[in-house]
Amino acid sequence: MIAHSVFFYIFSLIAIVSAVMVTVSKNTVHSVFFLILDFISISCLFIMIGAEFLGMIMLIVYVGAVAVLFLFVVMMLNVAEQKGQWFSSRWDGGTHIPVGLLVSLIIFFELIIVIGGWKYKPDLLNSLSINISTEVTNTRSIGNVLYTDYILLFQISGMILLVAMIGAIVLTYRERAGVKRQSYVKQISRERDEGVDLVEAERNKGVKIDA
Amino acid sequence: MLSIGLGHYLTLAAIIFTIGVVGIFLNRKNVIVILMSIELILLAVNINLVAFSIFINDLSGQIFTLFILTVAAAEAAIGLAIIVVYFRNSDTIRVEEIKNLKG
Repeated sequence: MIAHSVFFYIFSLIAIVSAVMVTVSKNTVHSVFFLILDFISISCLFIMIGAEFLGMIMLIVYVGAVAVLFLFVVMMLNVAEQKGQWFSSRWDGGTHIPVGLLVSLIIFFELIIVIGGWKYKPDLLNSLSINISTEVTNTRSIGNVLYTDYILLFQISGMILLVAMIGAIVLTYRERAGVKRQSYVKQISRERDEGVDLVEAERNKGVKIDA
Repeated sequence: MLSIGLGHYLTLAAIIFTIGVVGIFLNRKNVIVILMSIELILLAVNINLVAFSIFINDLSGQIFTLFILTVAAAEAAIGLAIIVVYFRNSDTIRVEEIKNLKG
């Protein structure tokens, strides 16, 4: 129990500090690395609390895919260094800073008030649908409901990913001049007559190909 | 203090959520950092869902976290594609110079 608490505090401290560093870093590449650290520590928390599958999926999807995508874009666009102060602005002379901090503080205190004062609905325990079984693993119990009760949502999320993929390709696609391409129509409409030439070969003479 | 309950996880999620919101509000330099702040906010939501799912012993929170993960990945891909296109067209992604959408 003590170890659990100690590790919770360690991981959450790392998560909070790296979240701050994501927004504060001047170098965008450092921001991406702190984002990766944040994801890793949160997935450690997930694994500690008993959601192993989600912890591992966080590692694979966020650290392995999303963060690397961010890194690619940062390096490709060559915008890594943010010149000057990251929060200063040429237009409003920094008046957005107090307003932004005020709104964020209000949001934070609202969240804290909600956390301090909420209660479970009285009949909550009766309305639960899928209890976590202690006999099968986390991955197996998620799989049991994901492909049965939630199959429609699962397929719709697959469609969302497909649409995102098509959208990203369509957005970033551009025609370039001077690129050699296949002509599919020409390939498909080619027939045997123009492709194959049967030649009567004479004995002891062979065939001249480029005749 | 020593035994970790639901409130600890919710507080952690609130802190990370607020840091994400601060990042969106205060950053005037770089759109990519704003996208990363959005990822932080989604992460905070995921922490909330997983913590509730474990503490009230119901699996559906974890399933929803899975779907949020999907949507977050799709959103990051589309957002980065938009940023790449914008950079190609106007050679900058500094927030204060993106003013074509201003009315």
